[in-house]
Amino acid sequence: MSLYYVQKLLYQLNRDPHVRKRYDSELDELLTEYDLTAEEIQAIKALDLGLLYVIGVNGQILMHFSALHGIAWPDYIEALRQGLKKYGPVREGVYAETGYQGIAAHDEALRARRAATSQGKT
Amino acid sequence: MALVFAGLCGHGPGFTGRAELADPEPRDALYAGFERLRLALEDAKPDALVVVAAEHFANFFMDNMPAFAIGMADSYEGPIEDPDWLKIEPTSVPGNKDLSRRIVSAVMQDVDVAYAEEWKFDHGIAVPLHFLTPRYDLPVVPANINCQGPPLPPLHRCWAFGEALRRVIDAVPERIALLGTGGISHWPATPDSGKINEAWDREFLERVLNHRRDELLAYTDEDVYRDAGQGGFEMRTYVAVAGATQGAEGELWFYEPIPVFAVGATIAAMNLG
Repeated sequence: MSLYYVQKLLYQLNRDPHVRKRYDSELDELLTEYDLTAEEIQAIKALDLGLLYVIGVNGQILMHFSALHGIAWPDYIEALRQGLKKYGPVREGVYAETGYQGIAAHDEALRARRAATSQGKT
Repeated sequence: MALVFAGLCGHGPGFTGRAELADPEPRDALYAGFERLRLALEDAKPDALVVVAAEHFANFFMDNMPAFAIGMADSYEGPIEDPDWLKIEPTSVPGNKDLSRRIVSAVMQDVDVAYAEEWKFDHGIAVPLHFLTPRYDLPVVPANINCQGPPLPPLHRCWAFGEALRRVIDAVPERIALLGTGGISHWPATPDSGKINEAWDREFLERVLNHRRDELLAYTDEDVYRDAGQGGFEMRTYVAVAGATQGAEGELWFYEPIPVFAVGATIAAMNLG
């Protein structure tokens, strides 16, 4: 059930200004109210997005948690990649690495296709 | 009165939040598609907009997850996301509690639906509204299908949800617009964010826009997870709109993979005649 409580904490934090206030001012006390392992507490306190991802936190919850801390999108994605390298595959939940060429290469391929299509029309 | 508008669109937070990172050509074409949809919505002169959405843990969590939920308030707040990240300022969006109550009561005849007198929008509704009702002057009735926390409602129930919505939309005196919003194939918020299965998306959209019920309901969650990622579960919102608009001719106005937005960005409408 521990993953459930990690996600519950982040879910409440993402949507509730009162929980957010407590997160800022009395984090240790707040964390005692959830059934968390030492590793999960460490991941939350260190803002270790990669570890939270590997633990199995749903990306939609994690994305909002990251946004709450003003982390830019590319940095968020990179943190997850580093988490996979450091801690191994996602342990639980619906998220798994499936393999992807990356946005830059994908954009380039799409641009080339558009150019070819446009050339074909002229 | 009647259903006066039915549209479909994506709601990626990148549409607003990461605009500067996108290839300008498809990004601007997407924005033009949204503008066309906004004008069509405005021309339909609706009294309210029912948004069938796939929220992302802004209101509903695994402690009490409804398969289907409808908002029942006179106003809604949101988005919950950091405004610097989503680039949409938090605001209050008008609702219509009385209309919601009538919709919920009628839908309950066919589909067990939860209601919520408190509902915070996330990007799943806030992004479409940013483009389609930028003055936030059209009352919204939010409806949610659980697309995030499995077990998820089966597709035939999503279709039935759409049919139930249509029955009540046809029965109330107000002019109602309907919008379904979700990503199709995508692996959002993961290291694979940007991956898009364009062939799968196009086939799925064909089935939706032509109301090919049996082929739509034939997808399994295993198929979708494999071919369209966990984000593909949001297809449910499109299935519901297809169920609500049987007999109408669907038209794809825009589809283009935009990797930094994490989806094949989609704009479509149903010609209600």
